[in-house]
Amino acid sequence: MIRNSYIPKVLYAAIMLVFLYLDYLIYRSGHPVLGVLILAVIGLAAFVYANGKTYAWRYLFPSLLGFGMFVIIPLIYTIYVAFTNYSGNNLLTFEETKAYFQREKTVDANKSYPLKVYAGNSADEYILSVEIAAGQSQETVYLISDPLRVPQDNPVELSVVQEKSPPSGTPLLVPQVIKIRTSLKNITLIDPVTSSGLRMNSFTTFAPTLNTWSYDPKDESFKNVENGQIVRPDFATGFYMDDQKQPIGPGFRVQIGWGNFTQIFTNESVRGPFITVFIWTILFALFSVLLTFILGFLLAVLLEWEAIRGQKIWRSLIILPYAVPAFISILIFRGLFNPQFGDINAFLNMLFGIRPDWTTDPLLARVMVLLVNLWLGYPYMMILCTGILQSVPKDIYEASAIDGGTPLSDVYRMTLPLILPPLKPLLIASFAFNFNNFLLIQLLTGGAPQMVGASTSVGYTDILVTYTFNLAFRNAGANYGFASAIATIIFVIVSILSYVNLKAATRNDAKNKR
Amino acid sequence: MIKGKFHTLGLTLTYLFLAAFVALTMFPFLMIISISFRQGNMSLGSLIPDPVSLEHWKYVLGLTADKSYVLQWFGNSMLVASVSSVMILLLSGTGAYAFARLRFKGRGRLLTGLMILQMFPQVLSLVAIYAILNVISKYVPALGLNTHPGLMLVYLGGVAIYIWMIKGYFDTIPASIEESAMIDGATTFQTFLGILLPMSLPIFAVVFILSFISYMGEYPVASVVLTQTGSWTLAVGANSFLYDQNYQWGRFAATAVLSGIPISMMFLVCQKFLVSGLTSGGVKE
Repeated sequence: MIRNSYIPKVLYAAIMLVFLYLDYLIYRSGHPVLGVLILAVIGLAAFVYANGKTYAWRYLFPSLLGFGMFVIIPLIYTIYVAFTNYSGNNLLTFEETKAYFQREKTVDANKSYPLKVYAGNSADEYILSVEIAAGQSQETVYLISDPLRVPQDNPVELSVVQEKSPPSGTPLLVPQVIKIRTSLKNITLIDPVTSSGLRMNSFTTFAPTLNTWSYDPKDESFKNVENGQIVRPDFATGFYMDDQKQPIGPGFRVQIGWGNFTQIFTNESVRGPFITVFIWTILFALFSVLLTFILGFLLAVLLEWEAIRGQKIWRSLIILPYAVPAFISILIFRGLFNPQFGDINAFLNMLFGIRPDWTTDPLLARVMVLLVNLWLGYPYMMILCTGILQSVPKDIYEASAIDGGTPLSDVYRMTLPLILPPLKPLLIASFAFNFNNFLLIQLLTGGAPQMVGASTSVGYTDILVTYTFNLAFRNAGANYGFASAIATIIFVIVSILSYVNLKAATRNDAKNKR
Repeated sequence: MIKGKFHTLGLTLTYLFLAAFVALTMFPFLMIISISFRQGNMSLGSLIPDPVSLEHWKYVLGLTADKSYVLQWFGNSMLVASVSSVMILLLSGTGAYAFARLRFKGRGRLLTGLMILQMFPQVLSLVAIYAILNVISKYVPALGLNTHPGLMLVYLGGVAIYIWMIKGYFDTIPASIEESAMIDGATTFQTFLGILLPMSLPIFAVVFILSFISYMGEYPVASVVLTQTGSWTLAVGANSFLYDQNYQWGRFAATAVLSGIPISMMFLVCQKFLVSGLTSGGVKE
């Protein structure tokens, strides 16, 4: 076989070069760790695709890359965050918090310069003029600003030019200046010569700004230049603390060891709701599997009955809930179960004169969740049971009939024992799925009704995943560290479950082959 | 003929039960169709709306002055789900081939590990996923936060379960044909592309449909990654109609019917494929 072996090699080298260049850009732009990590991935790819011995890995590499990036790395990061205090209060890194202190400015009230405000070219434009003594000769110059547009609601810097004389025209009177004071407070004028800033001091003066904090690199503390207050970093809580142990400024992320975990197990206002959620998660998953299995199994057995005509049509009609995307069905139920506007209560009211409170009564809310999940889940169980039932030989029923067995005892004594072993891994998988059934809970109730007296926002229908998600992303919590600790616990539980499940599946396979 | 009587009675009861059950199952669907034709967003009424109103349908189809994103959301969902599914097919197909046909160290353990790690729901590591996309946004904005390619990238993490399914199918195809082709001088890649893939089209169809349906309905990751109303997927958008502050039940109903029908039809058409795929996941051969 004659083939040009240069082209693939050149192409390969070119692709690698492009990736290397991209990585170089990342490295240069201040992300050395990230750059090195990506370099490692590129190196690995180069090795795998150039080496004959790693042939199998060429097929695996792309999928493992995707999996590693969006499953494994996030998982490791989540476990790492579980041991930190990362949250809305401790959002920044230590370096970012230090930079915050170094950026803070105060006005030096000892030196203040007269301010004059002039009307600009249009009604909402003003020009500021500050009279200062500049240079060694201390001669009077005027710093004249670019036009200021009002209203100005955010802090902004305006550049100025030095002039020997003030702007032409008459300056505004103080009452007129007071009218635009909120905008003036947001202005920092930047002196082009000294590049220091000037901020408003009173309605008639501007004063130079100073760094509020002076940094001491020895113990990384900051000293307030105005009042001498000293703040030191406290790496146990992730805050700069003053002498009275009061936190000052924004918090930073620190390692807190097992802190989040011990909080779950020892802090009463956290442990109570956590245990409630945990027990409900297990009950919810258990009942969901049990109920869907019973209903699915019964329907499958009924439809196996040869005397029933139109089996195919019945089957298609009965598995219809499975065809509709779950998020649509769940949202439909959310609306239908709405106590005021929902049609279920309208019907119940018409028929029995009752209006159950599906959204505020904890027990009823849980019943509703299970009912909806039964509706969503039984078709899957029916499909599975039908599939297995069709492989059960029919003649055992005839034999049983001769021995005087009734249909009911047949189901109980023969069908169930035959169908359960191959179904076991699928039932465990279904349990694991429901254990993490985020979509159902989040879209149906969002966890409501709320538990009263819990320190974190949590509801009676919350399962562990929704509880965790809401800790991190909803309810103004942004409690990433604590949420990650629970996520880690869930991960341990789910890995044990799926390990047991895989073992059950392989044992089952081995049995089938024997 | 006691048995005969019993038989007829049992059969009648079964029919009655099935009919009642189907009626109960259908109730939400019939209601939602009815609600989509009701007037206003809060009205209660009978199964047949009175008066029949087309306001919600006009809104959903973009025929009113009020800007509607529904069709755009539907398009976004279709795009994200189909591109992600194609990429999933490429990745899981090659990955499964290595697990099914090639020998390498730690093969069994790697597969078990992948399956166990896959059980950890992506919802729980969203903080990290958000951080990763945030870094990507800085260098390649088109693949970062609030973009559809970024969302598709995250969805690639779901590849392990499909590797498992396809590997199960590859295992049922005897390797002897490929082996004899190799003796005739075909390379490994040629046997993969030319022999195994054409024989495995059914499982690829199953995997495509399953992943397509699951990405059509994915909510948590999409709700965090996509922040602009116009780029939302249907699952995120549909949920926004039922916020407590802005309850738009009628508009939701029309959206649900409009988008539910094509997806459900697709499912029903592919049902035969899917049932075999579902059972082959755990109960092989």
